Amino acid sequence: MNYAASAHPDITAELPGWRATALFVALLAGLAGLFGRGTYLQVMHDGFLQEKGNARYSRVIEVSAHRGMITDRNGEPLAVSTPVESVWVSPADVEADSRQVKQLAQILGMDVEEVKNRLFDTSHDFVYLKRQLPPDQAGKVASLNLSGISLQREYRRYYPTGEEAAQTLGFTGQDDNGQEGLELALQERLAGKSGSQRVIKDRRGHIVEDAGSLHAPKPGSDIVLSLDRNMQHLAYRELESAVRQHKAKAGAVVVLDARSGEVLALANYPAYNPNNRTKISSQAMRNRAIADLFEPGSTMKPFTVATALEIGKVRPDTMINTEHGVFTVGNKQIHDSHPESMLTVAQVIQKSSNVGAAKIALSMEPETMWQSLADSGFGAQTGSNFPGEASGKLRAAKTWRPIEQATMAYGHGISVNLLQLARAYTIFANDGELKPVSLLKLDAPAVGKKVFSDGTARALRDMLETVVQSGGTAPLAQVAGYRVAGKTGTAHKLEGGRYINRYVASFVGFAPVSNPRLIVAVMIDEPGNGQYYGGLVAAPVFSKVTGAALHALNVPHDAPLDNVIAPPEDIVKEEV
Amino acid sequence: MWRSANALNALLLVAVVICALSVVTSQHKARKLYIELQKQKELAQQMDVEWGQLQLEQSTWATPARVEKIAARQLQMQLPNSGQVRYIRVEPNGRANQQP
Repeated sequence: MNYAASAHPDITAELPGWRATALFVALLAGLAGLFGRGTYLQVMHDGFLQEKGNARYSRVIEVSAHRGMITDRNGEPLAVSTPVESVWVSPADVEADSRQVKQLAQILGMDVEEVKNRLFDTSHDFVYLKRQLPPDQAGKVASLNLSGISLQREYRRYYPTGEEAAQTLGFTGQDDNGQEGLELALQERLAGKSGSQRVIKDRRGHIVEDAGSLHAPKPGSDIVLSLDRNMQHLAYRELESAVRQHKAKAGAVVVLDARSGEVLALANYPAYNPNNRTKISSQAMRNRAIADLFEPGSTMKPFTVATALEIGKVRPDTMINTEHGVFTVGNKQIHDSHPESMLTVAQVIQKSSNVGAAKIALSMEPETMWQSLADSGFGAQTGSNFPGEASGKLRAAKTWRPIEQATMAYGHGISVNLLQLARAYTIFANDGELKPVSLLKLDAPAVGKKVFSDGTARALRDMLETVVQSGGTAPLAQVAGYRVAGKTGTAHKLEGGRYINRYVASFVGFAPVSNPRLIVAVMIDEPGNGQYYGGLVAAPVFSKVTGAALHALNVPHDAPLDNVIAPPEDIVKEEV
Repeated sequence: MWRSANALNALLLVAVVICALSVVTSQHKARKLYIELQKQKELAQQMDVEWGQLQLEQSTWATPARVEKIAARQLQMQLPNSGQVRYIRVEPNGRANQQP
């Protein structure tokens, strides 16, 4: 068959030439369009597209870093962070029937109504149902498998020693940042820095490839404190029982390593449990040993006497006329509760004579005395770097009137914190060298500063030892098997610029005298049971803490075991 | 000439295909190993957490306050007073010397 013949030849002929051209141009234009679009996507818009592509499989995940641990000097944990789960809800996605809600409330230990309110509160995108759940409860929540309810890992800090070291360690907040105490002071070093990482995930959510780390996580460093957990316990136990026995308002104990200046224990009472801070008073939170100032009273006398010895004004056996216990300076009178006519310088310390101390002080230039007190660390920070440390007040020598110089000799008109006072006694324990205190464990003892000569320090050691012997103010400070030395203090409290009949009883001492290892300072605030003398209230705490601590440290005895003499009925009381 | 060139091309083609396939398999293996690594890392972290919790638990059980309470109340123990203690001092010559 001839198809050509059967077709309409005239139609073929009638097909105009421009149609082919038009088609060709249209196709070309289409091609150009495609090329243009391709170039645009590939060259100019590729960043955005690649990002979109990556978003299908690559994810940035958070790599959490935990907060460092705080341990005592022997590596026993004092503060540890451990992960806990927080339950959060995205209310818009919640699907749960009332039975499931009831179950959930039961696991969380919450009110059903409250759980319901939070679950269906669609005005928020994100609601915490309960924070910091222990792992077993979190596991139960996860096994309910409710949509819209998720777990988030957080860290919670635990303090195994509870209230014993509460104020010293401080605590962290909800987000595991330090808020108080050493947790705050060491925040920079303890805090972990969480990092992030880009990974490739497969369809089932498995990470299949590490596509590069964006920020490496930095876990917080562990910190070793100078504290000794056993000694902290001893100090807290004895302090607590003394504060209760004497119905006192509060109290504090500091135990220092006499050789290195490290703080072995720092206890305060009243205290709180840092693991459960629902009821916590500002009173219990105060670290009194560091943040509170008090007038030290007679515990200052050794510094007055040491200064006078150092510049050669007196010798330990120089006789001082103590004026039968009444001495007038300007228009004020200074009293002794145990009036004597004459005392040696050593007896001024032993019997804690205010008149004697005042007379010794007035024999010196104010500048000399000021310099010596300032060199002993009064009126300055101790170097503990504890947040909220009070530096105490030591007024400039130019402003001293004679009565002020006299009262300062026995610790009035000057304010100190207990740590400062304990630190100052390192001078007597270390042959005249003042050691900086440290709350962190030291590899080698810190280098101190020479304040008094070896001879002066030894003379004071001998004098301070007589304080605990018969005829002294603190026979109750004696320890079986060890020679101890120290000084009592009893001071009226200041309120609104006036001295009131409430007292601070204190005792600072060291042991063993033959080779001092420990300095123990005790402060009892407002003993309310009739007794308020340092020798009766604070000295027994010193004795118990020191005795137990020396045993714990295995320090060899330097006295026979029957060295403790029964205190006389009438212990020499100091004037306050 | 042409023949040997064709043979070379064919050879190269085979080599390329083999290389491509081995890239795919090694990528797959790498991912598998990476998943394994990730699992082990997670396990290590879990163990780390558990170690912390155990340390905490041990430390809580061993607080001096608790040990003391159990010793005094449950076991009826008490500290010996100084008269009840005998000290044995070892002399430099190695002999023990008992003191009351």
